[in-house]
Amino acid sequence: MNIPKKTEVTIMKTLKKHFRYYPLYLMILPGFLLILCMRYLPMGGIIIAFKNINYADGIIRSPWCGFANFQFLFKTKDVLIATRNTLLYNLAFIVLGMVVSIAFAIALCEIRNRFAAKVYQSIFFFPYFLSMVVVAYMVFAFLGMENGLLNKSIFSFLNIEKIRFYAEPKHWPFILVFVNLWKNVGYSTVIYLAAILGIAPELYEAAIIDGASKWQQIIYITLPSIKPIIIILAIMAIGRIFYADFGLFYNVPMNSGALFSTTQVIDTYVYRAMTKLGDLGMAAAAALYQSFVGFVLVITANWIIRKIDSDNALF
Amino acid sequence: MKKKAGVNQISNRANCIINIFFLIYAILCIAPLLLSLGVSLTDEKEVILHGFNFIPRKFSLDAYRFLFQDASHVLRAYGVSIFVTVVGTLFSVMLTALYAYPISRKDFPAAKFFTFFIFFTMLFNGGLVASFYINTQLFHFKNRLYSLLLPLMMNPFNVLIVRTFYKQSVPKSIIESSKIDGASELRIFIQMVLPLSKPAIATIALFDTLCYWNDWFSSLLYISDVKLYSLQYTMYTALMNIKYLLKFGETSSDALNSLGTVPTQTVRFTMVLIAIGPIILAYPYFQKHFVKGLTIGALKG
Repeated sequence: MNIPKKTEVTIMKTLKKHFRYYPLYLMILPGFLLILCMRYLPMGGIIIAFKNINYADGIIRSPWCGFANFQFLFKTKDVLIATRNTLLYNLAFIVLGMVVSIAFAIALCEIRNRFAAKVYQSIFFFPYFLSMVVVAYMVFAFLGMENGLLNKSIFSFLNIEKIRFYAEPKHWPFILVFVNLWKNVGYSTVIYLAAILGIAPELYEAAIIDGASKWQQIIYITLPSIKPIIIILAIMAIGRIFYADFGLFYNVPMNSGALFSTTQVIDTYVYRAMTKLGDLGMAAAAALYQSFVGFVLVITANWIIRKIDSDNALF
Repeated sequence: MKKKAGVNQISNRANCIINIFFLIYAILCIAPLLLSLGVSLTDEKEVILHGFNFIPRKFSLDAYRFLFQDASHVLRAYGVSIFVTVVGTLFSVMLTALYAYPISRKDFPAAKFFTFFIFFTMLFNGGLVASFYINTQLFHFKNRLYSLLLPLMMNPFNVLIVRTFYKQSVPKSIIESSKIDGASELRIFIQMVLPLSKPAIATIALFDTLCYWNDWFSSLLYISDVKLYSLQYTMYTALMNIKYLLKFGETSSDALNSLGTVPTQTVRFTMVLIAIGPIILAYPYFQKHFVKGLTIGALKG
């Protein structure tokens, strides 16, 4: 081998440069290996989506089947319903969550009693700390058929007929949106609150001298000032619009088959296809469909941020 | 005593309306907790007759007695949860802090590569089926404690938070001058960088704690051995499958003898209280740091 002397020197230089940083490489190594094993190796499993898996042959030797799994998947009505649900729920979560938490943050800033504002904020934050299993118990305590507070005490007191919440799908869009808001509003309120507190007070002082009313201050100062963070959070949420909170959609409706028409989302669909139907190929196809569309959406969302405000782009 | 509204304060009426609204919402936030407490303290027969209520019609500690007479189930689940939370959080924070430091250094030649390496996992993943298959086949995740630890370790988002924090609050000159004084990289990291980034480390430690304590999904995927049930998973099973609680009773015959039947309804809500007990105790501390940490993140934008 005849390497030109010049190249040899540059290679040596590069190696030396990297070697100087070997302690940093050592520091990064454990995390690197963990990410490699836990996040990159599973990506190899994607080929299951293109294979006709049978357990006797294992993943490598099972025969390829092209896009048959996908064809089969999109022939079923379930995946369309799951996709529709995922998108609509996320849309409702994004819009309502944003409106409610911004309103809360502004109102918290305006309350005269500072101490009360702190107490409210702490209490609103509380549901965020609960696991979805606990939330499911709590929803059950209110909505349960036989013993639930609503059916047993309140409805019978008001002489309203009992509602079979866990058997009738039509109630669940409201329940799930409400539970999601209830759980997460405290968290996003704090984020918006931080943004509002970061606004320069001079802006308000100048507005007061000009005689601006409270409404005018909110509309012309507060909202425009927190616009960047609103946009960022919205776009990040839009990038995740193909994913759903598995715990919320699986636990809270107690995995009830009667409710699938309004509670099935892509995440729960994939899980059920994998565990209940046992059709590994189709479940993998659904999971890949989700990852791939999610990937495209994140890239698109980031492209949009860059157009609007390049400083805030994720990458 | 009526105070007049200041120059730029909202009117008394608006203040009053907002306060009343917030008061109602605050009650809504803790009502489910109070309801669970009420149910757990009620006699099982009363629950069957009159349903779940905030105030027990007939006070009874049977549910607590049942759970603690043969406490081995609960204690074991608690043990699993505590172990996973403590060990998981420790490793998670350590690995995150270690990974975030090199990629925060502008002079580190491979910083870009390693940043993209972790960032890409936020954009794309193998999906549930692929992960499940690889984890069970390649890493033998079935019924191992580490299958509760590893998948949640190192959240890419946390790594990026810590990296940003290092970049912003550890001045480059400190690192350079320590180097001139002859400090090794590791020493600079431990003695200079870590102490300066305590708030960020504390925040991700809290995120991790919450994440591990509330995790039930890893158990759902990988755990079938009752001995390895975490607290959340025990509760999940007891909610989805009432027979599980009855089985729970079979082993504790003493409890059954003294109570006659398993108080399934009230025991469930007793478990809720037991599971969120630690969180409520740590709540003020948690809340304070969460708010601070979130504020750091939000101001960064």
